[in-house]
Amino acid sequence: MASENSGTPQGSGLWAWINARLPLDKMLKEHVTEYYAPKNFNLWYVFGALSLVVLVNQLVTGIFLTMSYKPSAAEAFASVEYIMRDVDWGWLIRYMHSTGASAFFIVVYLHMFRALMYGSYRAPRELLWIFGMLIYLALMAEAFMGYLLPWGNMSYWGAQVIVSLFGTIPVIGDSLAEWIKGDYYISDITLNRFFALHVIAIPLILLFLVVSHILALHEVGSNNPDGIEIKKHKDAKGIPLDGVKFHPYYTVKDTFALGVFLIVFCSILFFAPTFGGMFLEAPNFDQANPMQTPPHIAPVWYFTPFYAMLRAVPSFLGTQVWGVLVMFGAIALLFFMPWLDRSPVRSVRYKGPITKIALGIFAVSFVVLGYCGMKPPQGIFPLLARIFTGLYFAFFLLMPWYSRLDRTKPVPDRVTYDAH
Amino acid sequence: MMRIKNLAMLVVAAGLLLPLAGIAHEGEAFPHAGNDPYSQASLQRGARNFMNYCSGCHSAKFVRYNRVAKDLGIPDSELRANLMFTSDKPADTIQSAMPAADAIKWFGVAPPDLSLIARSRGTDHVYAFLMGFYKDPSRPTGVNNTVLAGTAMPHVLADLQGVQTAIFKSTEAAGAPEFEKFELPVPGTLSPEQYAEFVRDTVNFLEYMAEPIQTTRRDLGVWVVLFLLIFTGFAYLLYKEFWRDVR
Amino acid sequence: MSEQVDYSRRRLLTAATALTGAVGAVLVATPFLASWKPSARAKAMGAPVEIDVSKLEVGAMLKVEWRGKPVWILRRTPAMLKQLAVAEPFLADPHSDGSIQPAYAKNDARSLKPEYLVMLGVCTHLGCSPLSKFEVADVTVSADWPGGFYCPCHGSKYDLSGRVFKGAPAPSNMTVPPYTFLTDGKILVGADSAAAA
Repeated sequence: MASENSGTPQGSGLWAWINARLPLDKMLKEHVTEYYAPKNFNLWYVFGALSLVVLVNQLVTGIFLTMSYKPSAAEAFASVEYIMRDVDWGWLIRYMHSTGASAFFIVVYLHMFRALMYGSYRAPRELLWIFGMLIYLALMAEAFMGYLLPWGNMSYWGAQVIVSLFGTIPVIGDSLAEWIKGDYYISDITLNRFFALHVIAIPLILLFLVVSHILALHEVGSNNPDGIEIKKHKDAKGIPLDGVKFHPYYTVKDTFALGVFLIVFCSILFFAPTFGGMFLEAPNFDQANPMQTPPHIAPVWYFTPFYAMLRAVPSFLGTQVWGVLVMFGAIALLFFMPWLDRSPVRSVRYKGPITKIALGIFAVSFVVLGYCGMKPPQGIFPLLARIFTGLYFAFFLLMPWYSRLDRTKPVPDRVTYDAH
Repeated sequence: MMRIKNLAMLVVAAGLLLPLAGIAHEGEAFPHAGNDPYSQASLQRGARNFMNYCSGCHSAKFVRYNRVAKDLGIPDSELRANLMFTSDKPADTIQSAMPAADAIKWFGVAPPDLSLIARSRGTDHVYAFLMGFYKDPSRPTGVNNTVLAGTAMPHVLADLQGVQTAIFKSTEAAGAPEFEKFELPVPGTLSPEQYAEFVRDTVNFLEYMAEPIQTTRRDLGVWVVLFLLIFTGFAYLLYKEFWRDVR
Repeated sequence: MSEQVDYSRRRLLTAATALTGAVGAVLVATPFLASWKPSARAKAMGAPVEIDVSKLEVGAMLKVEWRGKPVWILRRTPAMLKQLAVAEPFLADPHSDGSIQPAYAKNDARSLKPEYLVMLGVCTHLGCSPLSKFEVADVTVSADWPGGFYCPCHGSKYDLSGRVFKGAPAPSNMTVPPYTFLTDGKILVGADSAAAA
């Protein structure tokens, strides 16, 4: 192996010819074959690679769906049924896309929680974290606009509710909502522009952000479950002692993880593509009807935690903008994680009991809020939503204090790893 | 040790995030339709019922006759002779015999398209609806429905089922009285069991129309998952093999 | 790394995983490629069409659309049929050996019943639709013209059976689609028999 000569094209043939003109070999080495990742990654570390796989799935199936989909109010619903029935294998491509949308959020939420656990957002990885958060934002915009496209009744009213949120902003709200819709209601015009944003604008932004995220990761190096830097201990050649080459070690591990993921993914796709009405909602099998709201409106499950927060805040001072602020605030706070966490250690493994409990409460809050957001705002749910909105915010806002005050355990010098 | 803990945490996290299936869908509880999408005989009877009793007023505009014939194993001659009433081209979609404008004049609403009704409402709901007509002289059609109160749809299956009367619990409280049970003073040409079977077949066909590839999807899924198990097995061995290097 | 690495096992497992993965990739790609085939709607629209020819006058031609192409039905007069033999010495493929037509139309009249010519009105050169030039010695074509079709795009000439003349840019005779007579006055274009419709 000519690893010492990386960058210098060796030998002859097409590969050398190309590399004299385009640094393919160098890039491969830098990002795959000679990217050294900590050897102590655990299961939580597979979700980054998996989200990349889901992204590719969404792009490919999305491109094929646009070949048969018609972005117009008159034809959209029928064109989706055309895909489901008349196009050979159209049903499979459509289910891959709809199941993929939910799968995307599942792997991304787990990926984000991993970062929260092991302090992957801490210096020097702030920008990496921010790119990740921007990906999450872009993903939410992508999902929201994509959800309008089937032009089902839930698509219609979901878009109606979310766009109305912008209308709550004082002074400019109404004109802003009209500007987004390009009409006085969610119409053919809105559908057409959401289509353009969903199939080209946001995917381009997403791709740019994903590349930036990976470049930033490879610049600072991966964090690990111990939250320590493997670059501190290097051998004579400058290779981290606790690092392993991404390829083959993590490529084989991620391939195995991919297999397990695909088993779960395909089980849902083939045996329960609507997932009991969570991935494809029953009212969405009725065409959009501006005259009739479905009896119970809830966003798709990945938005429900924030939807619950939105509903948890009552309107006062004659405006309901507060709920909207809380909802966006809940997302915005995540951006500040690198500066909210003042603990001397990164990983939850070496943090004290207060931090561990706080992280647990945060996770539970997110799930409970998600559940509340699916239920009609009756009975115990508004109260639950308020309590857990409070806890969710407390996790972030009190972090500067409890993270500093909390006890910590001594951090090891080298990573913890039991050989297989 | 650490690995087991992580695995456990992951399972808990996945368990918290993934499961809520069914919760979003619970809604009102209906008795199960109990139809079998794998029974071609039932689907064929359902198709016959649909074409004879439903398609006069309801379209199924996304469903093609020849697709139904192919999926349900109905020969072309049979299809043309006994099932195609509104078209003579087997590749056509199922249109209703009644113009929408007339429907609005007669019933106040256009009868909904039934291509997807089993998915948007659920098979149990549709089954309960078809079982739930009862005599109500205050309605223009003379019947009402326990599932969809005030429905504009007449009881087109009254000849088969007979006309039920509904018994409501006498409640002191205001609001809608609570439904208790049906009685059947005027029996139809079918026995109650035969009628339930008739409705079940019809619902089965409606579910088929809502997702024609449903059974293909499940059958294929078994093979896909089996294939993935093999792939994952190899990948696991490969992963273990390489990671022996890492001490 | 005290243990010996078993490279053959490693190679075997790599090959097994890669091979299974490749098979999987092909299996996944197949539905995507298959989704480009004509859909059920396209097939429904391209289904065989029934054409009523009972009112078609002798010597007249009917044009109908089938699968986005013009289908010509020419009810030939006895005089027109006689012209076929006149044209024959000048044809490039008089017996339709290098042309597309169902077996039952591989004859001089290129049809099931000589009286009715059923043919795709598409020039085999570059897909233009030729003009009808049924008149014998039509000077807009040539003084010795035996009657037939003339393509305005690049000057290909066909006789009254759609057979191409020598020296024309078109490589073969015009295509005859599958068709059948449902009754004497009704033709089904697009299928060889009523059962196949």
